[in-house]
Amino acid sequence: MLYREAGQFKSTYAADSAILPIRQDRIGLALILIVAFVVVPLTASPYLFSALLIPCLILALAALGLNLLTGYAGQLSLGTAAFMAVGAFMSYNFILRIPGIPLLLAFAGGGVTAAAVGILFGLPSLRIRGFYLAVATLAAQFFILWCLTKVGWFTNYNPSGVITAQPMVILGYAFDTPQEKYLLVLSIVTVMALAAKNMVRGNIGRQWMAIRDMDVAAEVIGIRPMRAKLLAFAVSSFYCGVAGALFAYAYLGTVEPEAYNLDLSFRILFMIIIGGVGTVLGAFLGSAFIVLLPIALNIGVAFLDNTLHLNVPTSVGSNLELMVFGGLIIFFLIVEPHGLARIWQITKEKLRLWPFPY
Amino acid sequence: MKWFLQALIGMLLAGVASIATAQNEQFIPVLSYRIGPYAAGGSGYFGGAIDYWTLVNLNGGINGVKIVWEECETEYNASRGVECYERLKTRHGGASTVEPLSTGIAYGLFERVANDKIPMTTNGYGLAIAADGRVFPWVFPLGTTYWDQAAAMIAYLGQKAGGEANLKGKKIVFMYHDSAYGKEPIPVFDALSARDGFELTKIPLTPPATTQESQWLQVRQLKPDYVILWGYGVMNPVALKTAAKLGYPRDHILGVWWAASEEDVIPAGDAAKGYVAAAFSAHGTNFPVMQEIVKKVYGGGKGNLEDKARIGSIYHTRGITYAIMITEAIRQAQNHFGKGKVMSPEQVRWGLEHLDLSEARLKELGASGLFPPVKTSCSDHEGSGMVKFEQWDGKEFKSLTPFMAGDRALTKKMVEEGAAKYAGEKKITPRDCSKEG
Repeated sequence: MLYREAGQFKSTYAADSAILPIRQDRIGLALILIVAFVVVPLTASPYLFSALLIPCLILALAALGLNLLTGYAGQLSLGTAAFMAVGAFMSYNFILRIPGIPLLLAFAGGGVTAAAVGILFGLPSLRIRGFYLAVATLAAQFFILWCLTKVGWFTNYNPSGVITAQPMVILGYAFDTPQEKYLLVLSIVTVMALAAKNMVRGNIGRQWMAIRDMDVAAEVIGIRPMRAKLLAFAVSSFYCGVAGALFAYAYLGTVEPEAYNLDLSFRILFMIIIGGVGTVLGAFLGSAFIVLLPIALNIGVAFLDNTLHLNVPTSVGSNLELMVFGGLIIFFLIVEPHGLARIWQITKEKLRLWPFPY
Repeated sequence: MKWFLQALIGMLLAGVASIATAQNEQFIPVLSYRIGPYAAGGSGYFGGAIDYWTLVNLNGGINGVKIVWEECETEYNASRGVECYERLKTRHGGASTVEPLSTGIAYGLFERVANDKIPMTTNGYGLAIAADGRVFPWVFPLGTTYWDQAAAMIAYLGQKAGGEANLKGKKIVFMYHDSAYGKEPIPVFDALSARDGFELTKIPLTPPATTQESQWLQVRQLKPDYVILWGYGVMNPVALKTAAKLGYPRDHILGVWWAASEEDVIPAGDAAKGYVAAAFSAHGTNFPVMQEIVKKVYGGGKGNLEDKARIGSIYHTRGITYAIMITEAIRQAQNHFGKGKVMSPEQVRWGLEHLDLSEARLKELGASGLFPPVKTSCSDHEGSGMVKFEQWDGKEFKSLTPFMAGDRALTKKMVEEGAAKYAGEKKITPRDCSKEG
């Protein structure tokens, strides 16, 4: 009833091919953006910013990168965290060695380096597919971390092998409070998500989807697989590189290469699987699920323990949290194998007919 | 996503409202890890700390102020650790101090604790240059840093050879966990190798290092006099078993204290007999304070460890050592700022910086011999720098040496140089210790 598009007519081609053709969608997104940019910075506590919102957004950006590669282009990759590490360490080196470089340019530089590395490790995709490609990208994960640990230049010959992120300063304005960091991360993520959405709706997105669905047929009709696949690796690694730089600068502050280990790669892969492969929204939903739900369970178990005075031993509480989390993953994947984004899509379709059943 | 946030805020508010802010309570958040690959260490260590604080509360608290704690599971993960710290730091009137027992989490908290003005201890691990309190006022690598442990190891090997000068020409292999933790002592080993003239070969073990055939074959080719094992987790028993298989004598293997607990040697079985390892605290239940814990805390059913056989194990006593140091720091702060009052984090920081746990005081506490005397100061946030060496005989670790230190003059110089370099990079002005109290 509320979600009908009856009465909304498009009179130009541009209006017809807009990202959000239905007015209610536009209002909804505007509200979400107002809440995100205005309401949350004014009302949320520093804990919410630094421990929940910032990591959720940063990992959503990395998941978006992986979704472009795996969801749209069909190239399975397990090296996401390694490309994030490249972005982080190269941003650090750009700011360290080029005095006066603008912060955003350093992040972009880190992203471009990650894109170059992504192209290099994406070369096997021209010959192998699926599971075997995943193994090749796994090699990227281990090799890049090994390289960052071994070659002292990346960490400025620090004896412990860690880098300490420099303070973030744009045009003389320092981003050091959690609010400011949150707003910076949110702006970068919004712009890049918009870019991703436009990319997948355009020519290159269709090429990727054609390669994903049937790459031999795509080649037959004239899509050049080398360009499309390597571009997918490049764009995806750029997103992961920027996310990695933000992870170091806006979140942890001091990072060792181990912070970008295989565990993080798997987490991001799980984010897109649960959120929905092949969708932009899926990256955000999956990130919220994987980042926020364990913490909510932890707080919930502690809260229940305090109010009901059960005196549950902490190890039981922690294991319970892991079990519930695993159970929820299995539940969601059985209920909707295509992920939370598909659940949202079905909800919207049903809303269009509501209150009628069909 | 929004309903997640709303549910979270609701739960947080409800959680805070249900716990009244009591007046006479000193709050210490416990960032523990009780699941995952390092659960044995985490549960032992934090269980020990909680046991000691339970004992302190049973004995009337610190001049009447009770210690209250809250645990949060970090799973040894840097993001979870940061989230736990941010969640707990404002509870119960504010956190007094925090100990993450993880290098990754400690790095993530470095800048946060300086901004929030909450002292962080990195008991026996962490960034060695943080021992210079002039550049790191909020970080305390209490007990011993990796650099002092490395120096002590070389001093012990020198002792075995009849004097450090006799190490000239000997071959020492350094097998390390290929991460920030493993690479930390390399500068000290390099410096001592240059000074004493022994040949140092570094062999990295990429974690988790469940097979180490190639590395130990390299060791067999090199035929070193000693192997220093700097591992963590499952790579320790694997190293001992592989060494046994390839015929390298285990009594020539010297382990770091994170490779020196029962959980590290028991899985290796007979292969571990003769293995020597370092420790910054003793273990066992033979100390009056341990007996008190067994009687009052476990006797009253308030003990934290579920498996009573682990009372007195190495991680358990390490946790008790840490808890004793923190309690004495708070007591020291109270002596200065007002007995019987709850100490603010800045005051606890003062207490940590003026900690003076002499041999006499340790005897009063019933912990004489449990760990060496600790005396911190503005420029020395470490306090002790002493280690003892123990040998595994198949059933337990038997003490080989008393608490001893290595070349602390050398490590102190390196700490100051490293801290100065860090201060230059981050544009921090070091504090002037002579101007403060």
